[in-house]
This record gives sequence, C-alpha cells and structure tokens, in this order.
Amino acid sequence: MNPPLTCDVAVIGGGIVGAAIARRLGGTSLSTVLVEGRDDVGDGTSKANTAILHTGFDATPGTLESTLVARGYHLLSEYASATGIPVERTSALLVAWDDEQLAALPGLCTKAEKNGYDECELVGPDEVYRRVPDLGPGALGGLTVPGESIICTWTTNLALATDAVNRGVTLLRGRRVVAVDDGSLTFADGSSLRARWVINAAGLGADKIDNLFGYDRFTVTPRRGELLVFDKLARAKVPVIVLPVPSKVGKGVLVSPTIYGNVMLGPTAEDLTDRTATGTSAAGFSFLRSKGADLMPSLLQEEVTATYAGLRAAIDRNDYLISLDASLRYVLVGGIRSTGLTAGMAIAEHVAGLLSPHLDVAPRPDLPAPPRMPNLGEAFTRPYQDAALISADPEYGRVVCFCERVTRGEIRDAYASPIPPADLDGLRRRTRAMNGRCQGFYCGAEVQALVSSRGEASSYGDASSPGDASSRGDVSSRGGASSCGGVSSRGGVSSRGDASSRGDASSRGGAR
Amino acid sequence: MNVRVLIVGGGPAGLTAAAALAPRVDGPVLVLDRERTMGGIPRHSDHPGYGLRDLRRFISGPAYARRLTDLAAAAGAQLETEAMVTGWASSHAVEVTSPRGRRTMTADAVVLATGARERPRPARLIPGDRPDGVYTTGQLQNLVHLHHAEVGRRAVVIGAELVSWSAVLTLREAGCRTVLMTSEFDRPEAYAAFHLPGRVGLRVPVRTRHRVVAIHGKGRVSGVDVEDLRTGKRSFVACDTVITTGDWIPDHELARLGGLTIDAGTLGPRVDAGLRTSAPGVFAAGNLLHPVDTADVAALDGRHVAAAVLDHLAAVPRGSSAPGAVEVVVDAPLQWVSPQIVEPGGPGPSRDRFLAWTTVFQRFPTVTATQGGRVIGSVRLAWPAAPGRVFRIPFSVVRDADPNGGPVHLSVTGRRESTVSGTVASPG
Repeated sequence: MNPPLTCDVAVIGGGIVGAAIARRLGGTSLSTVLVEGRDDVGDGTSKANTAILHTGFDATPGTLESTLVARGYHLLSEYASATGIPVERTSALLVAWDDEQLAALPGLCTKAEKNGYDECELVGPDEVYRRVPDLGPGALGGLTVPGESIICTWTTNLALATDAVNRGVTLLRGRRVVAVDDGSLTFADGSSLRARWVINAAGLGADKIDNLFGYDRFTVTPRRGELLVFDKLARAKVPVIVLPVPSKVGKGVLVSPTIYGNVMLGPTAEDLTDRTATGTSAAGFSFLRSKGADLMPSLLQEEVTATYAGLRAAIDRNDYLISLDASLRYVLVGGIRSTGLTAGMAIAEHVAGLLSPHLDVAPRPDLPAPPRMPNLGEAFTRPYQDAALISADPEYGRVVCFCERVTRGEIRDAYASPIPPADLDGLRRRTRAMNGRCQGFYCGAEVQALVSSRGEASSYGDASSPGDASSRGDVSSRGGASSCGGVSSRGGVSSRGDASSRGDASSRGGAR
Repeated sequence: MNVRVLIVGGGPAGLTAAAALAPRVDGPVLVLDRERTMGGIPRHSDHPGYGLRDLRRFISGPAYARRLTDLAAAAGAQLETEAMVTGWASSHAVEVTSPRGRRTMTADAVVLATGARERPRPARLIPGDRPDGVYTTGQLQNLVHLHHAEVGRRAVVIGAELVSWSAVLTLREAGCRTVLMTSEFDRPEAYAAFHLPGRVGLRVPVRTRHRVVAIHGKGRVSGVDVEDLRTGKRSFVACDTVITTGDWIPDHELARLGGLTIDAGTLGPRVDAGLRTSAPGVFAAGNLLHPVDTADVAALDGRHVAAAVLDHLAAVPRGSSAPGAVEVVVDAPLQWVSPQIVEPGGPGPSRDRFLAWTTVFQRFPTVTATQGGRVIGSVRLAWPAAPGRVFRIPFSVVRDADPNGGPVHLSVTGRRESTVSGTVASPG
C-alpha cells in the first residue's frame, strides 16, 4: 500500500467553490490537495445551475452572501477576461404579471441599492415588450438589471481547477471522504490523506462532512430544479434574461438565453431527501410547459434540445455558513446556493482571510499565468469559424459534432488538458460535443469512439479503448511545483506521459 | 469559390440531384456532405430494401449509398466530404468548414438536401434518470454498423414505424433482444406493411396504445415504466437499452437560417411542385421536405428538382409566386402535405404524388379535395392511410382546382364514411 499523502491544506469538493479555494491556496507556499468524490470536477451541483453571473441586486442586504456575490461579480468578470471564460452581457429584466408583482418592483429597486447596485430602472409595459417582443400578453411593467450576465459555469469550474493544478495543487478525483480522524481523511477506496487543515466545500455533502468533524449544526436539503433547454433557433426570441418577481413561494421560473446559444426555461423548485435524485419528472415538465405557455407561448413551438435536473444545496438558514474552527483546524463553507458560481472567487478570498492568522496565505511570487480556456460561447469565435486556426491545424476544421460544431481538434485538446475528461459527460462539459439538438443521432457513435480512445482519431471499426481504466479518479498535478509529499512516488502522473502533452495543449490554447 | 449548383447534403436526394444535373449544367455541380463518406442515412442501414423505385434494384443501404455516390461521380459532379455548411454568407453564398479550410462558396443555384433526423429522448420529454443506453435508431445503427460497438442485451423500442423495425433488425444483429415495442397508436402503424423479413420472424411483442413514461437507471438503463393509455395502468419493463425511433423532424437549420418560409406541418421549407422554396434560386429535395419517406422516394425528389434548377439557371421566368399557384392545406387527421403549392394544369410533383402524414389508420381511404367549400376532386385509394409512414395522394385530385379559387383542402375519410365515388388508383 502506498504511504498516505500529506499536505498543509485539503479542500474537499471540486465544485466552483472548492476549486476557487484550491486555486487561491495554490497561489501560496502551502501544499494543497483538492479532493473530489466524483470522477470529475464540477460534476455535482455546479454543473447544473442557471449559469447567471449575478450582480447581487436581489440578495438580502447585510448578509455575507450579499457582500461576497457583489465582490465575486467583479472578481469573476476580470478572471473571465483573463482566461477566456465566455460571458455575455445580456442584462436581465424582471417582469411583473400582476398588481402585487408590479407593486413589489420599487422595493426591489431600493433593495438593489442597499446591496450596492444602483443601475436598476423601472420600466413600463411598452419598454418590456420593446426589449422582449415575444413575451406572452399581460406584462404590466418591469425592472431592468443591466449588469446581470450569462456565463459558462462548466468553463468557470474547469478554469479554476486547472489554474489550481497549474499552481501546484494536487487534484484527487474519485476520492469520496468516508472518515475524518485528527487531520487524516480516509477515502472510500481505502486510501487516505493527512492534512494540517481541512476545508469543507462539499456542497450537497457538506453537512455529512461537518458531522464527521463532530458538528451537528445544519442540514442540506437537496432542492431539485428541472430545466428545459430549447433549440438554438429560439435564441433570438430571448435577448435578455427574463426573471420573475420573487414572491413568498420562491423565485419562480425564468427564461434565459444560454451561453451556448440556446434558451433555458426553469427551474422548478422541489425539496427532496434523496441526494442522488437528479432525474427529471413528468410533473416538472408539465409545470415548466405551462409556465412557458404564459411567459412566451411561441417558445413552446420550438424543439426541446435537452432536459436537466440539478440539485441545489439548500440549507435551513438564509445566508452562507462559513466558519473556522481553530482547534480542529477546520473550515466549513456551507449553504452556498446557486449564487456560489458568482461568489466563488470572493468566497476563496474570504476563506484565505479567515485562515491568515493561522497559516501564511501570502501569494508566492512567479505564479503561472491563468489558463487560457477553449471558448464554448456561441457569441464568440469558435474553432470551426477560425480560418487561420484551421489552416494551421486541419483538425479544427474536422467537425465531429454537427449540431454544436465541435471539432476533433477540440476533443483532442480536452484529453490533452491538465484535467482530462473522465467520461462522456466530462467531454460534453469541456467541448459541448453531443449537447445539441440531435443528441447523438449523427455523431453519437463517433463521439463515443473518441471517448474510448481518449481523443485519438480512429477509423470506423477501430474504436479501441487504450488506457480507459487508468484515467478515472487519478492524480493531476503539475508535479514540479507541488510541495505535496508522496505524489511523485506514486508515479501516477509521470507514467502516463502527460506532462509533455499538457504543455502542448496549453500552448495551443494560448495561441487561440 | 464559385459553382453553378451547390447541393448541401450527400444522401439519396442530394446525390441523385447531382447525377441528374451534372451532365446538363454548364459549370461545376458540387455536393457538400459533412460526414466522412457520402450516402446519408442508408450508409448505416445495413439491411436490404433500398433502390426499388429509383434504381429498380433491391439492395442494402450501404450498397445503395455507394451506388448513388458512384453514379453522381460518374455523371461529373464534384463530391466533397467532411465539409459542413454552417450558415449563409448571403442569399446565394454559404460558409463552409472542412479540414481543407474555412471558406465561402457562392452558387447560382442551391439545393438543400439536408434530410431529417429522429427526435431524441429530450425532445420527446420522456422523464426519468439520464443513464447511458438510450439511443435513436440513427445512433444505434452508427454504433453497430459503422463502429461495431457493443449495445445491450435487452431493448425496449419506442415507436412502431418502418424505421422501428429497422432498429429491431440492427439490435438483433448486435445480439440484443427486443423485449418490447410500444406505440401510442391503436393500429401498429407500419406493422402491417412491414414485410421485409416479416414480423413473425422477428417475434417482437408490440403493445399498442402504450407509451414509455419514465426511464430508470444510474449509469446504465435498468428499465422503463410503460403506461397503458386506455387504462392509465403502469408497469415496469426491465431492459438495458432504449431506442427512440421515428418521430422525424427535418434538419431544417440551414433552411431557417436562410429565412426560407417554413411549413408549419412538415417543419421543412415550403415548396411548390417543382421543389422551389420561397427564396429564388434556392431549392429543396428529399426528407427535408417530408419527414420521412423511403430513401428511393427521397432520391426521386433529387431527380425531379433538376428541371426547376435548370429552368432557373436558364433564367426561365416563373416561380412559386407566379399567378395561378394555389396553396394546398390538409385537414385532420392529416398532419401535413408536401408540396404545399401547385399550379392547376401545371406540372405535378415528383411521381405525380402528394406526400402526406396521418394519425389515423384507414384501410380504404378516400381523399377529397375542396376549394372554397366545393368538392373539386376525390379519389379512393387501394392502399391504407397509416400513422408512421408517408401517405401518398395522386396529384390528379387537385387537377380541377381554380387558379384563383384560393387554398385547396385535402381531407381523408375511411371507407364507411365515404359517400363520394371516384377513381381507384394503384399503389406505389
């Protein structure tokens, strides 16, 4: 058996929040390990949120969430520019459909100002229909939120995790924490990790991890949100994020463009007990279709490209729950709702601040540049459109997934990247392959063959699967930069010969 | 780059159009296809039954695809694979991505032959888990016939159209037993008409008036819930594979991006009998127009469209907006008809047949054409109208339409309801 890994800080949870914290700590002289229970980063709550970059206009003023969302909005906006995470500045429009909602709008405008956001504007029904002509009849007025934007949640998560790995953080995938004993984490596969400090960013599982530290202070209720994603041909109908006016029964259903050029309708909100219940339901579909029929009847004429169900990690209090226990050398980062996509980097900053009396969290010099991520945004140039790129490398002209226009070059790059996909869903999140309207009618077999060969071009009938088993839940790290004991002796990194191909991948990405 | 005729899509319709046009056009006729090989859907439909009406042969899908490719090449058409048309640069120019580069192609005439695809599970709003093992027939046949990949051992096939039986054959070849087929209709659609290997030989249980209401499984499919539409009773059927078959939709992205008028019934471009779309110089052929008829009928569209393309290139003045054109609309249970615009007394559509779709089975249907409430034609047919496959209607039923009399309505009635006598046409 291999000796246990040791490190200064272990971050549990490879979602947006955990990846952001690992990235922040990876920029210090501390050795950091990012632990993910599933086979890929961003495979839990973070992959299925509504993907809105929030201004924080509707947070509860004075809460930690309000502060961190507002701060995170700026941090993530800057980071997105630096890394190529696609962001579209669409703006949002809250639409009032009855007198009660109309009467609530001025209060929301005031609340936004209390949250430090003063760009909201009340508009009449004419302006509502001028902005979104396809809205159903009956809108009485609206409130604009010019700063609300759409963003790629998958790329955000992957950029933060890749940056962390580039900074020397060791990423362990497929390592579900089952026991905690005085700074030692034991995983479901029997392996273990010794850490001076542990940060719990386990999302849906954060209360269970908290229990392992002896706490019993909150419960995560999985709140299922189902979404319908409509065909790209509907995109022109929805130029802005159309938000409902929040009411006592929840935030309601929104209609939003997606960064991939589709239209999204949802989410439902249904409290469950099963933390794996990511299935969709007939009731959810019928609720969304009836809401959609009111909001935008013509949208329902378009085809549904995809249906999703995500679980939000709702907790029994109205704010983030971030708390440091110096005696246990343990930090809980819990209750992070869908706003965590926006707030993640600010949460990381906040956690570093909490740790600073106990650990040296000063940035170390000579950090690597942030990674340049492949563009998945429909509003920006993609490889299939880039004549110069294709002439330099014809693989970017070889379209594999027709609906989403994903090229073999991009699939190859995903497998050569620092955090390669563990399965088909991971490839989908990195490239959009098979996410389109045909859902694999044309390209499914080809994409599956590329998953089996881990991105190697194959001819028909040659869909072998070299190295498939070894790829799952393995160790990713830039190796040299890591001060984490035990990694190099495992040999998991160097034996796959990844180091050289990773270098190729990032330079290709950077040239784009 | 400039060509005389650009054909988008190298399936039966596109290849046949190319073969018909190349010898008669004074300049390049180019077919672009985004796949690695020409041929379209028949490439991966590895069972016999292709080529009957167009080639007078009875061959397998892959052999048919190769044959049509050879014929187009021999006729002098240029064929380019791995070339995807991603959008329009102007009304007669398209953007193309291929490993050879990103370029704009300009053409004097464009023929859209982009075909149709089956609606996948999300578009059918089948709820439940999202495990692996749920495929359309297209994906299944790609997996089995082109990639020789494994599928499961026990499959539930949703749908009982012609293509559904094609899926059953493919599953059998892959060693996967079809434990159930479901159909929401009370007649088993193409069931009765399916006589290639014979349904008895396949021994597949079919539940009509049933639908799959949930898919279960983490990782891999473990089973489905099936609901009896008459009683509402639900039962669980264990399986590791689910095939969603049929329920076709035209691949109309280019047509819509180009601003062509789209027919609300077919969801493909509206065309006249010469297969002209609403945009001058842009034509359409094949299952983009009628989702879906058999490959040979799509191919014959390709042959048919050549005349209008040649007229256009020779600048013969006419078009769908010409005086005398009337609109053809259908009444329930017919869902759509193609073409939608005809000229009374003018040339007919391909094979002098309207193609239509119905939701009610009628063994001895009578089709009646009315205009302004007046019956202008009626025909009793010797073939059934059946859900799940194209219903063919003789063009002659609208022969007596008044060019200025407004839209012509086509309706279908069963034998007993029929009081109108007319000519009995032969099948085909």
